[in-house]
Amino acid sequence: MFDDLRDLYQEVILDHGRRPRHGSRLAAFDATAKGDNPMCGDRVQVWVRHDDDGRVAQAGFEARGCAISIASADLMAEVVAGRSDADIRGLADAFRAMARSGEAPDGDAAMDRLRPLAGVHEYPSRVKCATLPWHALLAALDRQGDATSE
Amino acid sequence: MNAIHRVGSLDIAKIRAQFPILGETVRGKPLVFLDSAASAQKPRAVIDAMVQAMEHQYANVHRGLHWMSERTTEAYEGTRDLAARLINAPDRHEIVFTGNSTGAINLVAHSYGRGVLNPGQAVVISAMEHHSNIVPWQMLRDAHGIELRVAPITDAGELDFPAFEDLLRDGRVGLVAITHMSNVLGTYTPAARITATAHAYGAKVMFDGSQAVVHRRVDVQALDADFYAFTGHKLYGPTGIGVLWARRELLEAMPPFMGGGDMIGSVTYERSTWAAVPHKFEAGTPAILEGIGLGAAIGFVNEIGYDAISAHEASLTDHALARMAEIDGVTVIGRAQDRGGVISFTVDGAHAHDVATLLDRQGIAVRAGHHCAEPLMHRLGLDSTARASFGVYTTHEEIDALATALVRVREFFA
Repeated sequence: MFDDLRDLYQEVILDHGRRPRHGSRLAAFDATAKGDNPMCGDRVQVWVRHDDDGRVAQAGFEARGCAISIASADLMAEVVAGRSDADIRGLADAFRAMARSGEAPDGDAAMDRLRPLAGVHEYPSRVKCATLPWHALLAALDRQGDATSE
Repeated sequence: MNAIHRVGSLDIAKIRAQFPILGETVRGKPLVFLDSAASAQKPRAVIDAMVQAMEHQYANVHRGLHWMSERTTEAYEGTRDLAARLINAPDRHEIVFTGNSTGAINLVAHSYGRGVLNPGQAVVISAMEHHSNIVPWQMLRDAHGIELRVAPITDAGELDFPAFEDLLRDGRVGLVAITHMSNVLGTYTPAARITATAHAYGAKVMFDGSQAVVHRRVDVQALDADFYAFTGHKLYGPTGIGVLWARRELLEAMPPFMGGGDMIGSVTYERSTWAAVPHKFEAGTPAILEGIGLGAAIGFVNEIGYDAISAHEASLTDHALARMAEIDGVTVIGRAQDRGGVISFTVDGAHAHDVATLLDRQGIAVRAGHHCAEPLMHRLGLDSTARASFGVYTTHEEIDALATALVRVREFFA
């Protein structure tokens, strides 16, 4: 019956939405920010710890929201580990473009991991669920306080 | 089933045939619209009245010395009479047109709040208000030194009446501003008891009737209310038109809310005088077409009659509560004794947004989120709920479709 929903709720999303691997606050961190979607009440806080050469050593989050937003935050925390801030900004741009268009460049390991979330582009009201954790992460990297998803 | 008996006076097929949108399909499936508490669909009579006005009978109102303006004014002002009769207002001049309920409540908060209430007095709201009956009072509190008190609710989702009365005891409460029916829990508040108690302590009472007027006959004189606010678009009318009713002596004592054309007696650079009520509160060209549409909506409601509307709502509500109680893992929020066709629920293991998306995929439209009532969500210990709400066109089969779909949602997230 819900076969047509598997494009949105792929198994990886249901799995990470139910059992996030990175869904906790970091004991030690050097950047954090909250993301807030006042229209629907979703909230996420992201914590980041960089290593000595400026790459993200670890990311973690706490979120209140739907399966899409939890899975997105969890996959995000997974793929940003080991990357520079500049790298992450590029990834965030590509992710947000994918959430809106459904298109993502091939041959990029990180984007391949995030691709299950491409299905949200067919659900305009759910795009922000997927992008809110990324808004929060960018706000943390920019040390600009908290992020709001429109 | 006794439910069938109770809806006998309401010909559901005939009613549904009057709503063109109900013939639409969504995602290839017939539309099951269970989001009427957010905004109701529009019957042919409303659509036709607005189109008819635009095509044949339209000009500005209250000012033209020509045929078109006079006819348009008659049609627009006719809605004032219909609105007055709808809620049994004793005087058509007590009907003030606003943009929506929010506009009506802001008018009271601004004009009565700043113009009549004094710093040091208090306003009482309840713990199950829509943001539109919270924020205007916070703004009044911060601007005018009014204390804001919140009457608690019980775990069943009913007004905690003894606690409410306690808030009135010091005699400082000038106004009770409270919902007549919760947009989240479906609870009807005991309106007549509220006014009797509030008046005993010297407080006026304003009801937010946005939800209640859709389902029940409202009689502002029987309720002994002082202010009553409702909106057109939930009552099968267009957006952009709402109603504030208030006792004439209250409106007379209140200063205008907005200044402009249509609300003045005369204007010079030194000073202006105000038009009589209700026009004192209706600055600028009003929502003419929407006013005409609201008149048609009230006519539609009158034709069915509140006896049949209320019986249908009660039957749908009983049916929905019974069906949802059968589904393991689905929890209805609130269990007030006196409740109506607005049902919030949670599904174990699934966030409300995911529930709404899965239901949407089957053509079923529900609302999900905090329903513009964040403080109530905190009180309930929830982040969000899904909400099914019913209109006069809702059928028992649509509720069955919801129940079937919810079983599948449970399976999907199991």
